[in-house]
Amino acid sequence: MGRICCKEEVCIGCRLCEVWCQVEHSESRDIIKAFLYEKERAIPRVRVEERGPVSFALQCRHCEEPDCVFACISGALYKKDGVVVHDASKCVGCWSCVLACPYGAIIMDEAHGKAWKCDLCEGRGVPICVEKCPNEALEVEHNGV
Amino acid sequence: MECEYLIIGNSAGGIGATEAIREVDREGELIMVSEESYRAYSRALIPYYLAGEIELEKVYYRNVDFYARNNIRVISGKKAVAIDFDNKEVEMEDGQRIRYGELLLATGSTPFIPPMEGLSYDYTGGKFDKDGVFTFTSLDDAVEIKRSVESGYVENAVVLGGGRIGLMAAEALMRLGLNVTVIKRSERLLPEVFDETASRMVKRHLKESGLLMLTGHTVKEVMGERSVERIVLDDGTEIGCDLLIIAAGVRPRVELVRGTEVKVNRGIVVDGRMRTSVEDVYACGDCAEVYDFAYDDFRLTPLWATAYAGGRIAGFNMCGVEKEYRWGTNMNSMHFFGLPVIAAGVSAEEGGYEVLKEVEEEKKIYRKIVLREGRVVGVILMNKIERAGLFLCFMRRGIDVSPFKEELLSADFALISLPEVLRGAMMR
Repeated sequence: MGRICCKEEVCIGCRLCEVWCQVEHSESRDIIKAFLYEKERAIPRVRVEERGPVSFALQCRHCEEPDCVFACISGALYKKDGVVVHDASKCVGCWSCVLACPYGAIIMDEAHGKAWKCDLCEGRGVPICVEKCPNEALEVEHNGV
Repeated sequence: MECEYLIIGNSAGGIGATEAIREVDREGELIMVSEESYRAYSRALIPYYLAGEIELEKVYYRNVDFYARNNIRVISGKKAVAIDFDNKEVEMEDGQRIRYGELLLATGSTPFIPPMEGLSYDYTGGKFDKDGVFTFTSLDDAVEIKRSVESGYVENAVVLGGGRIGLMAAEALMRLGLNVTVIKRSERLLPEVFDETASRMVKRHLKESGLLMLTGHTVKEVMGERSVERIVLDDGTEIGCDLLIIAAGVRPRVELVRGTEVKVNRGIVVDGRMRTSVEDVYACGDCAEVYDFAYDDFRLTPLWATAYAGGRIAGFNMCGVEKEYRWGTNMNSMHFFGLPVIAAGVSAEEGGYEVLKEVEEEKKIYRKIVLREGRVVGVILMNKIERAGLFLCFMRRGIDVSPFKEELLSADFALISLPEVLRGAMMR
């Protein structure tokens, strides 16, 4: 697995990737239930950055030499088969990864003291943001290709 | 006994090195020597453990099968006592000798104990001559402090030292329901990385959170028969105290190479590839003076992340993959009673630096960027730290930020704030 790339010129800034990421990381994985009935909404692991006419979705770049992994004090972050994995059960919310990530792609959940990041929808095949992007701005880039 | 790679130390630096070595060489015999009998745990997590935020099991840094999976032989609970560089052998306290091909010194640091009347500390055994007095750098420390607090006889705790470790210890003890007083020698909090404003704002936040801090004081005397009962400050003030934690900083642990051919300044001297002055001998982490990109100099940087990253570079070089360490500076990600603070690099205001600042004292928001010739050399962010990594990236890569300087302090500064060309280059 590689990483998700966003074609800036195609992104329309609709933020549906954020919405679907929340759904995929919710308990029910059902959009109505996830937004209406679940106690707390899941935190999206992708974030759309927008300024004037320009927008793009940004998620973990799954760096070859991942600074966040080097900085992680708890061992929650590690690299496995080319994917930067985050084990939230080990995360203590020290925000060392936030300081280390050169893209600002780590999402802080201050209420729960946890960091979150793109997990490439582990086990799903095509990541949901890629599948649901209405303008095909998102695609999976396989190992630098 | 003989091995290709011998690592003295089983913490961040040692683990960083083994992981790098195993990426390159799966087979070469690798031995780690550790005087502690635990498997690798994170020192940086002991405040979380003390506070009861995590279980003991979560303090361990790698899975239980880490050594087996990586084909590492561990000799634990034993100290290395001497090195024979001519024959490339390390001698253990029980007389065992280990011959090495490449050696890494990742011996870490020891707590510094300021001299006080009524208290002495045995550096070899790591014990005080009074009960109820602890350092706070090892898992043993945390376990013993926790046990002492859980005994129910402890009410008033004093933490000597207001650095990162001291403040985290104090916060943990408050969460356990103790009355806590922090005694701090300098007026300025974290003087290495904080300026006056950051220090003032964090102090105020600590006070509002219920922490009593006495700055500008030292402890003159520790009183009590067998256990600590009270302490006396330099001005004569007495404070009742049944738990005293000394967190007054750390000193590099260099006794193994003191007086040998390995050059030692304040810490072990290394070059950009983490090599010491002796061939095939490397050093990393708290015991070494490592490269700091903000100062463009070699300095003591006793931090978890820099130890790991430095160990990684040492590991690569130990197995013949040439790499330069350009990764770290004094980079701190902290939180005090829920207030997240980032501080990295240079905090100075004078000496040819350009300083950009924005303060919202009431909201506890502070953003400060220190520039030298258009390059970021220091940053402090309080609250809204989510994009802090961009600043560290600019610092590390020496990126000229003058074209978008006016953006840097904006609350929503992010990747999109960068010129398209730079952004594109960064995303590659």
